[in-house]
Amino acid sequence: MASGVAAWLPFARAAAIGWMPVANCPMPVAPRDNSKRQDELIVLNVSGRRFQTWRTTLDRYPDTLLGSSEKEFFYNEETREYFFDRDPDAFRSILNFYRTGKLHYPRYECISAYDEELAFFGIIPEIIGDCCYEEYKDRKRENAERLQDDQEENKDLKLPNMTCRETMWRAFENPHTSTMALVFYYVTGFFIAISVITNVVETVPCGATASQKDVPCGERYTVAFFCMDTACVMIFTVEYLMRLFAAPSRYRFMRSVMSIIDVVAILPYYIGLVMTDNEDVSGAFVTLRVFRVFRIFKFSRHSQGLRILGYTLKSCASELGFLLFSLTMAIIIFATVMFYAEKGSSSSKFTSIPASFWYTIVTMTTLGYGDMVPKTIAGKIFGSICSLSGVLVIALPVPVIVSNFSRIYHQNQRADKRRAQKKARLARIRIAKTGSTNAFLQSKRSGLLDELLELTGTEADEQKLSKSVSLLESQHYHLLHCLEKTTAHEFVDEQMYEQNSLETALQSGPSRSPSPSSSHGDSASTCCGCRARRKGTALPDPHPNPNPLPLPGPQPPHHHYHHPQQGPLQELSAIHIQCGDPASHKTSRSILNQKAEDGSRINCRRGQVTTAIISLPSPPTLDGDGLHGPPHQRRPPPPPGPTQGPPPSIQTTSSSSHIVKVSAL
Amino acid sequence: MSCRKRCKREIFKFAQYMFRLVTGTLNTDSVEDELEQSAVRHRPEGLEQLEAQTRFSRKELQILYRGFKNECPSGVVNEETFKDIYSQFFPQGDASTYAHFLFNAFDTDHNGSVSFEDFVMGLSILLRGTIQEKLNWAFNLYDINKDGFITKEEMLDIMKAIYDMMGKCTYPVLKEETPHQHVEIFFQKMDKNKDGVVTIDEFIDCCQNDDNIMRSMHLFENVI
Repeated sequence: MASGVAAWLPFARAAAIGWMPVANCPMPVAPRDNSKRQDELIVLNVSGRRFQTWRTTLDRYPDTLLGSSEKEFFYNEETREYFFDRDPDAFRSILNFYRTGKLHYPRYECISAYDEELAFFGIIPEIIGDCCYEEYKDRKRENAERLQDDQEENKDLKLPNMTCRETMWRAFENPHTSTMALVFYYVTGFFIAISVITNVVETVPCGATASQKDVPCGERYTVAFFCMDTACVMIFTVEYLMRLFAAPSRYRFMRSVMSIIDVVAILPYYIGLVMTDNEDVSGAFVTLRVFRVFRIFKFSRHSQGLRILGYTLKSCASELGFLLFSLTMAIIIFATVMFYAEKGSSSSKFTSIPASFWYTIVTMTTLGYGDMVPKTIAGKIFGSICSLSGVLVIALPVPVIVSNFSRIYHQNQRADKRRAQKKARLARIRIAKTGSTNAFLQSKRSGLLDELLELTGTEADEQKLSKSVSLLESQHYHLLHCLEKTTAHEFVDEQMYEQNSLETALQSGPSRSPSPSSSHGDSASTCCGCRARRKGTALPDPHPNPNPLPLPGPQPPHHHYHHPQQGPLQELSAIHIQCGDPASHKTSRSILNQKAEDGSRINCRRGQVTTAIISLPSPPTLDGDGLHGPPHQRRPPPPPGPTQGPPPSIQTTSSSSHIVKVSAL
Repeated sequence: MSCRKRCKREIFKFAQYMFRLVTGTLNTDSVEDELEQSAVRHRPEGLEQLEAQTRFSRKELQILYRGFKNECPSGVVNEETFKDIYSQFFPQGDASTYAHFLFNAFDTDHNGSVSFEDFVMGLSILLRGTIQEKLNWAFNLYDINKDGFITKEEMLDIMKAIYDMMGKCTYPVLKEETPHQHVEIFFQKMDKNKDGVVTIDEFIDCCQNDDNIMRSMHLFENVI
């Protein structure tokens, strides 16, 4: 029973009194309505806009949020109202549903926003009223198509583990995936063009010889044309076989239109090869050559416009069918009429009705060759009516076809536009992401810097560099930091990463930094004093130091970031501290080393500290090779790692720019 | 109408048609279509008057009117709507015939539409009236042509309408002659002087003597 007519139930029950006198048996007892609640107003506060309605209105649909006890979750005791933090505009239609029993879909509303609201309030979209249902479904379908397009593009991303077959198939379907595919695409296109041109030129008469009349080029240069043809057919055959091999479902591929066109294009050649010596069928063989023209359809793989045209024609099949049918009807009618009209005249070309078909077609399509012309007056009258109606009949279905084509074409344009926009959108998203990463890194640096400056005692710079970070951000950063600690890796920005990767590539063993590396910096406090762990080895400098340190313990060789055969790249974090005095740079290493030994701090009053934080991809590789700068406390070994805290070589190198790199912890 | 006149009119219409065909005005809406039926709007009498005329309290009238107006924003119910609404309560069978009779019973001034006053007056009788009034109302319902007598045919119509509401799927299975049998039983009970019709007095007398009927009359008292 529709809840909307619940209001009429008392009436229906009252009217049941009409049955009483005719009833023979006693009536059942009526249910008692004990909970006789006065109808009360409830207030629904949706983002500040207050809606009020009767409680019984909402109770009409007990399987929705507002009609059930679920709304009690949203009850606000102090204000004695139900508060929903949702869109008040969309809520209007939802509340109207309770009031009138009909759900309407407002046109200005975005379809996904509306769906979300419906889902929140527990209303199924199927009960949208007839007036709005069509619109709703159309919009929904459009939206789904749009999202589907986006998803399809996502599939184009390279999957890491694709078999050779799958790669090939992808290359065939989408030539922009790799250069090979592109090359293949252009080569086949070129050969299709060559083949078609050859076919055409073959029949052109070229140069009459002295005795004979014009001979077509094909017969004059038989060998040349044969070679061309063979080459093209070979390419096509190879292409077809490769496609067949790569196709995920060979059976389906063989049934597809394109493959049939391929086969039809190359088959005449092979048939010709087989049957060259048989004189009887050579005539048929010549006819088979006609099929070579189908090679031109192979272009449709290369041209999207052709595909759209084909698709349009397919989708307009009913209109085309109607056109054909109506034309046939008209042709028959007019042919008959003309035949009988012209029967009287002598030497008339209208010898039979089928013969008149030709006249009718030529007239209706306004061609008017003039090879058949009516001579009688009646014939002329009917002929003119025929041509006039021809224009109409042909013109009618054409706009439908055109509009279909236009719709499909624009859809394609839209898809292309979306693809282009998507790149921009993704770029923006990436920038936003890197922005937030950078913010995190920045905060880390400034955190380090703060601590450093704390240690070194300068106040001025501290204020300059410290940024005010909101609570939310700080919590977020803390979270990221925890992650870093967990994985024993650090986040780093792209530049550093690139730099480091370059340097890893460049580095190969021998260049050593003169500074000895001292290890075992247990006690050494670092410039970032409170860090307990050393994160990485930093070597983004022009003097890469090899790792002379004999790292005790089983160390997988790929730890050493200097070694060329190193696997994963280490990304390093380094704090570049520019020390003010150049003099110190010579002694820096040793001093720092010493300092490493006694754990003193960097004496760097001025200057900027920039931190670059580099994360190491593999946990065991932490230890360090080129640590320079103040020694770090020994990094506790990562739990799974076999490497037991091999103390890194702490080395300091100073670059020519007076930057002492200190690895961050 | 004479033949000539008719011919003349036809020729004139044809000429008009050809003229319109030539000038391309064939499809224009004729002027008659412009006059739409003005929508029926009805506003009920004031709350105080209704309160005085019926036995409902103010609050009850408010609730009733809200429900009524929700379903029929124009303020009156026409027969189609009435049938629709009533049919929703009886989805298995066909309630349209009985709804038709009910409509006639409610439409006391027989103007083809039930206004809120009619509606509320009827309900007042049914729910708050005396036994006499209720029985009177029932008699009115059965008396289709409102002539003061219930004939067997009228009763049969009513009975068939009631059985139609049951629909097909009943237990035991409804047979063709069940309404007839029921009418017989009714007439046996009610028609005291066996003259083939039941008058209002016979009806009321008989009902007052029947315990079942008396009890069932009180059944729906607390509906509102």
